[in-house]
Amino acid sequence: MDNTILRTTALQAFYQLDLYGKSKVVKAVNEVDLAIQADEIYGIAGESGCGKSTLLKALVAAVEPPLRVVGGKVTYRIDGKEVDVSTLSPEQKRALRLSYIAYVPQGSMSVLNPVARIRDTYRDFIESHLGRQRHQEAFALAQDHLTDLGLPLKILDAYPHQLSGGMRQRVTIALATLLKPRILIGDEPTTALDVVVQRGVVQLLKEVQARLKNTIVLVTHDMGVHANIADRIGIMYAGRIVEEAATEKIFGAPAHPYTQYLISSLPKFGDKTPRESVPGSPPSLANLPGGCPFHPRCPHVQTRCKEKMPGFTQIEKNHRVACWLVGEGEHGQAA
Amino acid sequence: MDKLLEVENLTKVFALGSVLSKLRITAVDNVSFFIKPAEIFALAGESGCGKSTTARIILGFEHATAGTITHSGKKEAKNERVWFTEGIQAIFQDPFGTFNPLRPVERYFFETLRNYKLASSPAEAVRRIDAKLHAVGLSYEDLAGKYPSEFSGGQLQRISIARALLTDPQLIVADEPVSMVDASLRMSIVNLFKKLRDELGVSVLYITHDLATAYYVCDRIAIMFRGDIVEMGTVEEVLMNPRHPYTQLLRASIPEADTTHRWQGEIRLADTEQDEYLRQGCRFAGRCPHAMEICRSTPPPTVQVEGVQVRCYLYSEPFS
Amino acid sequence: MKLFRDLLRDYRFALGFWALCLLLFFAALSFGSPYDPTVWGEVPRDQRPSAEYWLGTDSNGQDIFWLATFAVRNSLIIALIAGVVSRIVAVVVGMVAGYRGHTTDRALMFFSDSLLVIPLFLVIVMLAMLIRSSLNLVTLGLLLAFFGWAWDARLIRSQILSLREREFTQTSILSGANTLGLVFNEYMPYITPLVFSTLINNMAWAIGLEITLAILGLLDLSIPTLGTMLYWAINYQAILLGRWWWLMTPITISLLLFVALYWLSVSISVYLDPRTRVQRIGAG
Repeated sequence: MDNTILRTTALQAFYQLDLYGKSKVVKAVNEVDLAIQADEIYGIAGESGCGKSTLLKALVAAVEPPLRVVGGKVTYRIDGKEVDVSTLSPEQKRALRLSYIAYVPQGSMSVLNPVARIRDTYRDFIESHLGRQRHQEAFALAQDHLTDLGLPLKILDAYPHQLSGGMRQRVTIALATLLKPRILIGDEPTTALDVVVQRGVVQLLKEVQARLKNTIVLVTHDMGVHANIADRIGIMYAGRIVEEAATEKIFGAPAHPYTQYLISSLPKFGDKTPRESVPGSPPSLANLPGGCPFHPRCPHVQTRCKEKMPGFTQIEKNHRVACWLVGEGEHGQAA
Repeated sequence: MDKLLEVENLTKVFALGSVLSKLRITAVDNVSFFIKPAEIFALAGESGCGKSTTARIILGFEHATAGTITHSGKKEAKNERVWFTEGIQAIFQDPFGTFNPLRPVERYFFETLRNYKLASSPAEAVRRIDAKLHAVGLSYEDLAGKYPSEFSGGQLQRISIARALLTDPQLIVADEPVSMVDASLRMSIVNLFKKLRDELGVSVLYITHDLATAYYVCDRIAIMFRGDIVEMGTVEEVLMNPRHPYTQLLRASIPEADTTHRWQGEIRLADTEQDEYLRQGCRFAGRCPHAMEICRSTPPPTVQVEGVQVRCYLYSEPFS
Repeated sequence: MKLFRDLLRDYRFALGFWALCLLLFFAALSFGSPYDPTVWGEVPRDQRPSAEYWLGTDSNGQDIFWLATFAVRNSLIIALIAGVVSRIVAVVVGMVAGYRGHTTDRALMFFSDSLLVIPLFLVIVMLAMLIRSSLNLVTLGLLLAFFGWAWDARLIRSQILSLREREFTQTSILSGANTLGLVFNEYMPYITPLVFSTLINNMAWAIGLEITLAILGLLDLSIPTLGTMLYWAINYQAILLGRWWWLMTPITISLLLFVALYWLSVSISVYLDPRTRVQRIGAG
């Protein structure tokens, strides 16, 4: 049975900028096919400027000029029906947000009101999404939710600045999951945090997922976090997904040259053998090389790499790679 | 033993709030360590542990409340903003903030040479700049006339290292040099430090929260927690066999890029950070699984255990 | 030149620039004036605009067209003196206060705050009355300059305070730069747009104040400025007597001048905003 809850089909989202008479197109998301399953944690990994944050904007239907979806579509499956996001009205989008799909940003300060106690933020939030309930009921709901997630209740009386960064981020996650959304999208939710706190936040995300049996799409550049939490990982490079596989496969048997470099360059404890970076620099999304965008940095580059972007090759179940080295790219579909 | 830089009993107290509130936070508390020539020494810990403040004091951007810093036998002169001249250089965390975005990057190179009187003619200046850029895998042509926004973060960080090398320093203070550089490019920066150490005999004070790269590149490491050095020794000993409970927690919290080493068990986080700074005894006592009565009242002594310096009662005489 | 071409692409700058050019050309005509602006009665009084007297004549027996060329020139000279001198003071005070900090900062800011809180207009009126006999173009410019720098010094100081915390300040110090080098090389690119946009605003303010002082009769009324032209027109009841050409000339010129200065100020400050500049560097 098809268990896909969030699907993108040949999605293209470009920024169209006009700077003092010079127009430029930033191809941030280019022909991305994703099929994200219910009850999984899907990691999207990539370097800064690879378009991963833009992809998330498209996933949560928050595309605003100068960003435009120029091709393909994003579909949600709501109650067994496929819904094309572009057909939704702003009103419908707002209704879906938080109850169906929720978003956790990198910084929690944009979510929490700095001059209101956490208690009040919770109350406003519940009232605006569940209608005006009585204060006591709203509060009871918030309390239950925090207790479920193992957060101390005394934080309700605190102002955001009185909490540590890690606690604020956990409060944000608690707030985002209050309405039990089917999809939770995290944009580098642990990046600004210390490692011990990061572990606590990841622990919370895992717990939320186990409890709600929902889907988490997690974008982070930190491969260590992916290794610890993700079920499947999509590797993004220059606006495209270049490899997708189960986490063990990505770390154990990466097939795309970029992924291979990325994984082998990660330092490991107890292993001091010299490691190499990926040569060169990532391309600008406004000025992509022709063919496979990785070809200028790839040690295995062939003539056709410069001419044509390879399609996906299914090298085994749930492992697809876009590289001429691996195959002719005849199985283009997301799994 | 030859010491390039020695920090003794360094203390920095910040007064928070108004004059009346008298809330004082000891950001760096009686910290002592030294760096040998041609050595990469890591000062590691989480945000707020005092590692960056220590670096800023060494660079002269901040004045110590107490303690001394000795560089090649010379003591720091009081109230002089830049007490070192050519001997200590630095590179910073944010490659895009290191250079003024409104100025061509090469200007910093020419200014450094002019201000330290290191070149007698423009041709010599270009030659020298080119040589240093070659050491980091770039050349003067890559740089000429370009602004910071025309480079990637990894390139800028290498340019930053090349600028620091212009004065032939004995020590480079690197404050989180790779935390804002992409994972795929990090190794190119980190490998440079090794190259500088091995080929030019330059020491590096590597300030970081990233223990995995610290393990990869460093010789010795000091783990800081809330202003104290809690453990110090070779990276092999400290990171592969951590003794202090905080080092153990830190080490266990690192997300390893290896699916066979996923996190096990649950951890406890501090409720607020201020409590830990103001704690009387060991500052980790509130979260330590081995905390004893004495840990809460008196700061633990620093003891030597198999060549590693540990600040914990678990290893001091009556208990070990 | 590239900068200028970029700027001219902005319609606000183009409008302001050409309007100002027109006024400057008009002011330059004063050098070819057939009349001495300080002498009365050279032409018949109260003539309507005609082929001979393009903008008519006034009750003092002066040709309004040629008088106005002198008025624009003199008003611009006063504004330029006031603007440039006060910019120099503002930059020096703001930079020293921002960079040195501590006692220097407190002393300088106390002084500038004092200037900000006193009722400026009354003090200027009082001072103008006291030194009225020696009030020529230069002394009036300097008087206005003395009161025109305080707010902008504060602006520049706050810019410097935030720039001081940027990492490139440390890079520059490690490159061996001294305070002067640091301030000029690193901070000037950020301060320059402020200086230009405030210069233009300050000039507009100085022209406005000059007009006010002149209407109150506090200036040397024999020197033609936009203000003194208005003073005489009002003094001779030009509205009441229907001599609209006399009143409308200085008013129209003043309005054109204010609007031109405003357009220039807006477009220059947008163009020189460091954020958009960085984007342009990236796009270029």
